[in-house]
Amino acid sequence: MQATTELPAKSAAAGVPPSAARRVIVCSGTGCKANGSEQVYAAFTEAIAAAGLPVVTEFKHEGHEGAVRVTKSGCQGVCSQAPLVTLLPEKILYMRVTPDDVAEIVRETLGAGRVVERLLYRTPVEDKACRGPEQIPFLNRQTHVVLRDVGYLDPENLKEYISLGGYEAARKAFTAMTPEQLCAEISKSGLRGRGGGGFPTGRKWEAARVQPGPKKYVICNADEGDPGAFMNCSVMEGNPHSVIEGLMIAARAIGADEAYVYIRAEYPLAVKRMRQAVTDAENAGFLGDNVFGSGLRVHCELKEGAGAFVCGEETAMIASIEGQRGMPRPKPPFPAQSGLWGKPTIINNVETLAQVTRIIRDGADVFRRVGTATAPGTKTFSLTGHVANTGLIEVPFGTTLGEVVFNIGGGVTDDSGKVTKDCFKAVQIGGPSGGCLTKDHVNLPLDYDSLRGVGAMVGSGGLVVMNQRTCIVSIARFFMDFTQRESCGKCVLCREGTKQMLVLLDNILEGRADETTLPLLEKLAVAVQKGSLCGLGKTAPNPVLSTLRYFRAEYEAHIFAKKCPTGRCKALVKWVIDEEKCKGCTACVKVCPVNAISGEKKKPHRIDSAKCIKCGECVNTCKFAAVVQGA
Amino acid sequence: MIKQATVTIDGRDVPIEGERNLLELVRKAHIELPTFCYHSELSIYGACRLCLVQVEGRGIMGACSTPPEPGMQIRTSTLEIREIRRITLELLLANHEGSCPTCTKSADCKLQALARRLGVEKVRFKALHQPAPVDDSSPSIIRDPNKCVLCGDCVRVCNEIQGIGAIDFAYRGSQAAVLPAFGKNLGDVECVNCGQCAAFCPTGALTPKPEIEGVWKALNDPKKKVVAQIAPAVRVALSECFGATPGEDTTGRMVAAIKALGFAAVYDTSFTADLTVIEEATEFLQRKTKGERLPQFTSCCPAWVKYAEQYYPELLPNLSSCKSPQQMFGSLAKDILPKQMGVMRQDLVVVSIMPCTAKKFEARRPEFAPDGERDVDFVLTTQELGRMIQEAGLDFRAMEPESLDMPLGFHTGAGVIFGNSGGVSEAVLRYAVEKVLGKPLDKVDFPQVRGEGGLREAAFTLNGTTVKIAIVHGLANAKIVADKVKAGVSDYDLIEVMTCPGGCIGGAGQPVPKNGQSRRARTRSLYENDKNLPLHKSQDNPFITQCYERHIGEVGGEKAHHLLHTHYQNRRRLSGPEIPLGEGPASAARVQVKVCAGTACFVRGSQKLLHALTAYVEERSLQNAVDVRANFCSEQCGNGPTVIIGEDVLQHCTFEIAREALDQALAVQK
Repeated sequence: MQATTELPAKSAAAGVPPSAARRVIVCSGTGCKANGSEQVYAAFTEAIAAAGLPVVTEFKHEGHEGAVRVTKSGCQGVCSQAPLVTLLPEKILYMRVTPDDVAEIVRETLGAGRVVERLLYRTPVEDKACRGPEQIPFLNRQTHVVLRDVGYLDPENLKEYISLGGYEAARKAFTAMTPEQLCAEISKSGLRGRGGGGFPTGRKWEAARVQPGPKKYVICNADEGDPGAFMNCSVMEGNPHSVIEGLMIAARAIGADEAYVYIRAEYPLAVKRMRQAVTDAENAGFLGDNVFGSGLRVHCELKEGAGAFVCGEETAMIASIEGQRGMPRPKPPFPAQSGLWGKPTIINNVETLAQVTRIIRDGADVFRRVGTATAPGTKTFSLTGHVANTGLIEVPFGTTLGEVVFNIGGGVTDDSGKVTKDCFKAVQIGGPSGGCLTKDHVNLPLDYDSLRGVGAMVGSGGLVVMNQRTCIVSIARFFMDFTQRESCGKCVLCREGTKQMLVLLDNILEGRADETTLPLLEKLAVAVQKGSLCGLGKTAPNPVLSTLRYFRAEYEAHIFAKKCPTGRCKALVKWVIDEEKCKGCTACVKVCPVNAISGEKKKPHRIDSAKCIKCGECVNTCKFAAVVQGA
Repeated sequence: MIKQATVTIDGRDVPIEGERNLLELVRKAHIELPTFCYHSELSIYGACRLCLVQVEGRGIMGACSTPPEPGMQIRTSTLEIREIRRITLELLLANHEGSCPTCTKSADCKLQALARRLGVEKVRFKALHQPAPVDDSSPSIIRDPNKCVLCGDCVRVCNEIQGIGAIDFAYRGSQAAVLPAFGKNLGDVECVNCGQCAAFCPTGALTPKPEIEGVWKALNDPKKKVVAQIAPAVRVALSECFGATPGEDTTGRMVAAIKALGFAAVYDTSFTADLTVIEEATEFLQRKTKGERLPQFTSCCPAWVKYAEQYYPELLPNLSSCKSPQQMFGSLAKDILPKQMGVMRQDLVVVSIMPCTAKKFEARRPEFAPDGERDVDFVLTTQELGRMIQEAGLDFRAMEPESLDMPLGFHTGAGVIFGNSGGVSEAVLRYAVEKVLGKPLDKVDFPQVRGEGGLREAAFTLNGTTVKIAIVHGLANAKIVADKVKAGVSDYDLIEVMTCPGGCIGGAGQPVPKNGQSRRARTRSLYENDKNLPLHKSQDNPFITQCYERHIGEVGGEKAHHLLHTHYQNRRRLSGPEIPLGEGPASAARVQVKVCAGTACFVRGSQKLLHALTAYVEERSLQNAVDVRANFCSEQCGNGPTVIIGEDVLQHCTFEIAREALDQALAVQK
């Protein structure tokens, strides 16, 4: 039997720092890393040592005797303010920390116990400084389950994961629970797939569990590909073992002995940490030929995807792992019946598996305490777009859209980034497969069924907030352009249909549409939705159909009045100078790249529309708002 | 009483009787759901989205990929489904080169037929077609990507039935395309020219490459005498080009039509099939007696021969050395007909009419063109002959039957059944059994070797010796058998391989079948044809006996070898031209040094060796005496690096070994 790393005695309540030990946690998620958090980390170890304080970077069960421990963590959530640094035990969160700030933090906070005010988070509207996570509305209004230890624990340190109760759930699954019990517990929890479909996880497992035969597979779907989505990435970067542990539990539940993690190659840090986690779990004897002494084997392998969005679809992912072209095949047979290499296979999303770990550790009842009856538990979202606080969030299902956008997100911003009242237009939820929500949905609880009812979907959890200056037709076009490029090209309706939908949208945006365009677009969208082979095609028309549902007038303005209500569609814009407002300052003449503006000094100017390329430079330059849209 | 499980289709209860999917069930109910990508012999693909049905409680689903379940209620033609089907066709047409009148597939195009059938009268979408170059590099098939609907039928037949995968999908989304590997031309990849991709293609994206123009030119050249040979399978399929039911035997009318086109004589490939039987059976009996080079593989199918050359070069000695009946005919005709017809050899034009596209490749093999003049000048497919007859305005169905010309038109039933899978085996048995037992057969039919299965076996005990035969069609099945032989675990003596489903009657040059029953009808018709002939055994063909007496001499003798036998070449590697390194006179007197630059030798250091040898030659100013070249694969991959000096093949070669051998070769030359 392989050596098994000794688990510490029951740790303190997981997620809560075990002691008053001093700790500097430098966020090392992708966003913070890109903003230089590695240098910040290095600066801390040096500066603390230079200040004469003992520094440790390793984890020790017995604590570290007054030394300051400097560690890295996964995403701390406020990605827009990267790089982030958390200081324990004071629970201070510093934003936009540069290596130049480090000496001051060491001197003031670590040395003198004073807060460096200028590095604190400030609320977007009231401009109030917040000391740490407990004071920041963006963070304190969230409910962290999957993200509980992300942002705190050192993702590259198995021992620390174990000290927080890690691998206890897997141990329980392999030594104290039967596959039937595991499936039953997950069914009881009501957990539904977090990858988009929302299929009950317990039912999926049970379908695979009852399949005969000794060979089965489990696959972790880590091919997060929606534009603007980074939830799975953050979980894998911040707490990779929680995913591996969930995968092991899934393997035990269906009787699989091989597990794959199909991960986007464009997530190098997540790949690195997941690979490290698998190796560490193998070295610790958790993964291998005799899992927890149960005599059962589970081996885990990482497969890096080559960046095809469609490979997030189950059957395409299976084809890709088998070395085939990533193309979906018709279902049935479902993967639970005949999947990888023709064997029963289940595929679960990263977040689903991380939830599984929690459910088996804490029990289904604990899991059900938050969320709704049909959608228990929490869900992570990546909040982006015209919102004050962008970043990774986790909230219970049933949280209203308004709570997410206005309270957690801090409100909708105008184009300059300032929070502005009444400029909320829409939220695109669920990425290219999802739909849009409007101000009519501010009180809509976010969960599978209510979203489906209004023509949207949870999807994998992308939330893009749009302000009034956003052209909704252009947004629909953006997603259509994405799906038509990412279609695998197999079935006619998706391959040709999405391309023709794009053509029709371009016709609308560029003034070539007529009264036949919208009916045709709708018919085609419905045909693609109902007739496509796989989920990618079936959901591809959603952005168009849902924007049509809520913003039909905006489409019609483009088509019939040849006008974009937001003035954003260049092809439809005709800039003119309001003679009453123009002071003849000539500023616009100087910036016009094509010399389309003429006029005498101090007299109203005019724009030659034949020359104008509609770049909008004159609009931005005019101090008198004299450049306006013509009729 | 147990109630029969049924599915309600458009209000009618249809019993489930082992159908694999709803599509089969719906078609059983005589509702022709449209499809592009469904073929019962191929895997389910589900891409064309035309066979959609409304399943109560589940929504719209593909019939091809949904198993029937008792009590299912389905509708096949709702307004919504009809609209989706119409949109699907419009989408395809919007991205399709609209040159329908000039497309060779026009009359048989499924896209056209479905557009008409489903009432597409206008394409509401923008024409997005981007012209792409047509690939006519293959001697057998033209690949026109402008007409491809990406149904994947060709990809699956090549991969699943033939086990090759010469073409596959590339790129994503609207860029998706079916291409040979690395975007190469079809003529430069491992395609064996069987043309099944073209037979399965619903549109004109893959079509047999025509040679009609060349034949018209020859027919109109007063200096030329143009003769035809007709393969057995053609006679039972040609009339399909003129709307007849499949399987009609039209030998006499076909001869009349070909003569009317201006051919000087019409002969029968069945004659040389009889000849093949004698030569191949004799070869087999010799091998069986000596117990060497067994099992013997048949060699009449040119696609199989190329397949064996590419993937099983180690089994090439096991292939019968007999030329195919087409090529036996070619060499025999060019040997004896000029004198008989009073023309110069170069003015005799041999046109073969074949059910096959690979025969076009075979006729171009250099070994079948002694002194650069081909034994078979043109190969027309059944389809092409049909087109020529139509172009000439001949009313085929009303033609008065005429007889084949003698002597090369006389044939027995043994030669005719060559067109069916199992036919060669049966014909050989009719000869060999009689030969071994020394007395005439009681019954000429060997039903044991007949059948539809892609891999069949039969065993016969003759005078205490058992002969085990395997009959294979589809190269994926040939692979199974060849792998067994290679592994030394086969107990077969004779293996008949035909590439196309059902044998030559299912060849890609045949008229496009209107339904799945065509092949079966053709097979039946060939066996009927055999029954109706006076003679059934090749050895009874009096003109064959005469031919041996007057022209060939002994069976398996020297002239027979020259005229009727051939050799094969290893095609395992894609061969590249040799690269000469260093300069020198183009004289054959130089010592040839070839250093293998193939992958296996390269990783074992052949490049260093090459540098060292060229340096050595330059250093000693031997450029006029030594010609160093890099060649691509000396087929010694396990023992590289390989250097060939003169005739010597040096394995595990080092510079010292090569230098010594070179010095020796130079000394000998002096």
